[in-house]
Amino acid sequence: MKKLMLGNEAVARGAYEAGVKVATAYPGTPSTEITEFVAKYDEIYAEWSPNEKVAMEVAIGASIGGARAMVTMKHVGLNVAADPLFTVSYTGVNGGLVILVADDPGMHSSQNEQDSRYYARSAHIPMLEPADSQEAKDFVKFGFKLSEEYDTPVLVRMTTRISHSQSIVEIKERENIELKPYKKDIAKYVMMPGMAIKRHIVVEDRMNKLAENANSLEINRIEWGDKKIGIITSGIAYQYVKEALPEASVLKLGMVHPLPKKMIKKFAKEVETLYIVEELEPVIEEQVKSMGIKAIGKEIFSVQGELSVRKVLSAISKEEKKVINKEILPNRPPVLCPGCPHRGIYYVMNKLKLHATGDIGCYTLGALPPLDGIDTCVCMGASVGMAHGIEKARGRDFSKNWVGVIGDSTFIHSGITGLIDIIYNKGISTIIILDNSTTGMTGHQDHPATGKTIKGEPAPILNLVELSKAVGVKNVRVVDPFDLKEVEVVLKEETSKDEASVIIASRPCALLSKKKDPVYKITDSCVMCGLCLKLGCPAIEKQTNKVVINDALCNGCGLCTKVCKSNAIVREGE
Amino acid sequence: MNTKNILIVGVGGQGTLLTSRIIGDVVINKGYDVKMSEVHGMAQRGGSVVTHVKYGDKVYSPLVEERGADVLLAFEKLEALRWIHYLKEDGIAIVNDQEINPMPVIIGAEEYPEDIIEKIKENCKNTYIVDALSIAKNLGNIKVLNTILLGILAKYLGLSVDEWKDAIERVVPSKTIELNKKAFLTGYNLK
Repeated sequence: MKKLMLGNEAVARGAYEAGVKVATAYPGTPSTEITEFVAKYDEIYAEWSPNEKVAMEVAIGASIGGARAMVTMKHVGLNVAADPLFTVSYTGVNGGLVILVADDPGMHSSQNEQDSRYYARSAHIPMLEPADSQEAKDFVKFGFKLSEEYDTPVLVRMTTRISHSQSIVEIKERENIELKPYKKDIAKYVMMPGMAIKRHIVVEDRMNKLAENANSLEINRIEWGDKKIGIITSGIAYQYVKEALPEASVLKLGMVHPLPKKMIKKFAKEVETLYIVEELEPVIEEQVKSMGIKAIGKEIFSVQGELSVRKVLSAISKEEKKVINKEILPNRPPVLCPGCPHRGIYYVMNKLKLHATGDIGCYTLGALPPLDGIDTCVCMGASVGMAHGIEKARGRDFSKNWVGVIGDSTFIHSGITGLIDIIYNKGISTIIILDNSTTGMTGHQDHPATGKTIKGEPAPILNLVELSKAVGVKNVRVVDPFDLKEVEVVLKEETSKDEASVIIASRPCALLSKKKDPVYKITDSCVMCGLCLKLGCPAIEKQTNKVVINDALCNGCGLCTKVCKSNAIVREGE
Repeated sequence: MNTKNILIVGVGGQGTLLTSRIIGDVVINKGYDVKMSEVHGMAQRGGSVVTHVKYGDKVYSPLVEERGADVLLAFEKLEALRWIHYLKEDGIAIVNDQEINPMPVIIGAEEYPEDIIEKIKENCKNTYIVDALSIAKNLGNIKVLNTILLGILAKYLGLSVDEWKDAIERVVPSKTIELNKKAFLTGYNLK
């Protein structure tokens, strides 16, 4: 049966067909839907883990336990999971282990555009890179075979355009894969120096064998065309190449690490000019050039952002780029939704002129005017440690004008360790946990404090108040972010203390509730003071000589009525 | 057949994704190769969204290039103007005459451009401007804005009405099938 599938759905289907038993992940664009789709299969145990490191460790455990296991994350998540990654390369696997990583060239929804292929090279783990949804499914299945055959974890690298594009996939049945027997083997699974030294030799042998066999792998293939131009490429770049230069000869790499050196040499010999077309870093290019082969790559392509058919065409055919006149238009940056609970906190922080170390989530959007809510955003959990660092650099008085803001899911992911540090090292930071009862930005995934698993089953609820107290925070306050008066009082009190504080701003994400409250409107009593505009609500619009509420966008949260001093905002119909 | 390229643009939350899913369903049932690229995550939060749909005998890149679109289906007129240079010279722009202010305009830092429709017409010979929001309101649910626009697009793409109605039945939630079919036909029969 043929089906139109998102790349991410195809990955999930591949895991299902490959007989995967355990799948773990922490959500992150563009990888999130993979595990959501996996969770729909009753035959697979799936979980949202608190972070990528834990997800990786659970998958490693499942593999050693004899099951086929898959762990999924976005590129920056692999940094979090890098510690187990490098050593599971040494231990190898029992049941097949696929590590799925989704890169985000062009940074559609990320804080950097690092290239995960470097991880494959430095951890000595083979990496496959699909170029459409069918390959996404096939490569995941092939990854499991490869993993068991070579006793290695296998990385499968997606990029945003593969993850979030739909193309046609042929559906097959699930393979019946038995659990492999478990046998205690400390020489293989206990990585103390004595054992690890021996395993490192095994790893090098494995990679040499794989590199040799890469030359005959079906997923590495040459498509001969006109031999004037030869192009080595992989993943989405392959699609751009085929559309831009349908006549050219192409060496399509399905496995981007290790490279099929003989195949590359043969290809290079037969083509007149060799190009390497790859997004982001010159990973293939540098290896090809180090083989003494003349090739053109990043001389004509950028290491930044995504490629396109147009970029490939103009770089290789040196065709003049037609200049297209574009009008300069107001940007439409993503914004906090109408009714978003974060808005109340940022409004008060702005009023009190507080600075903030920020974190990764919807609330990062509060950085932009008019809320101007945060000063920094580095990575998951960083707000907490960074707030502490600001204090240690500039002293307590300076620090009292600062807070750290972090979401509930992000706090559990890696904020909690920073909080332990603040307490242990006598910090006085105030940390605000913006608890909207979900993982918002990635599209509402459950986490340990929501009371539900990925399969929708009830789960114990991690209590953030008790957790904060347990690590030694004496001042833990819970506020409703829409009670602006209380928020202001609590913020003033806690930031002035010579002790660390945690403020939990608790109100569910506006998108979680399906019910739409009656909308508000602005009456003639409006004096155009502009206070409501400072909320940065997309539903409140400034027009030439009035302010209006867009009834199609308003979700009826009523926060604007609390900042209006003229009582000019009333419910529709009142 | 040559690849047909459609670019669907709008503002996060307007329902552009459902539109592309229905198109995808129709063309896959016709036996075409098809690729679609959509936006997830951060870009959904009220930002500009764009969906690429390509179908034909063989499709490689999932992305429509500048000057590569046969049809631009715009759910919002500022977004129509933002993406108008993606249209081929003889391409068609279907534009919902709705204004959604972006944040820089809302806070008064920038102005929503005037005479957008004129500017779109300057850049494109074949334009179809429609107030689909009012039509949706008349039908009783502003959410069917997307199927109304789909109806207009369907007329340009050809294929039979029944094929579209079947696809709607397969793609939209069962409770909303009748409403969506009605909205589709309303769009299809405009003009």
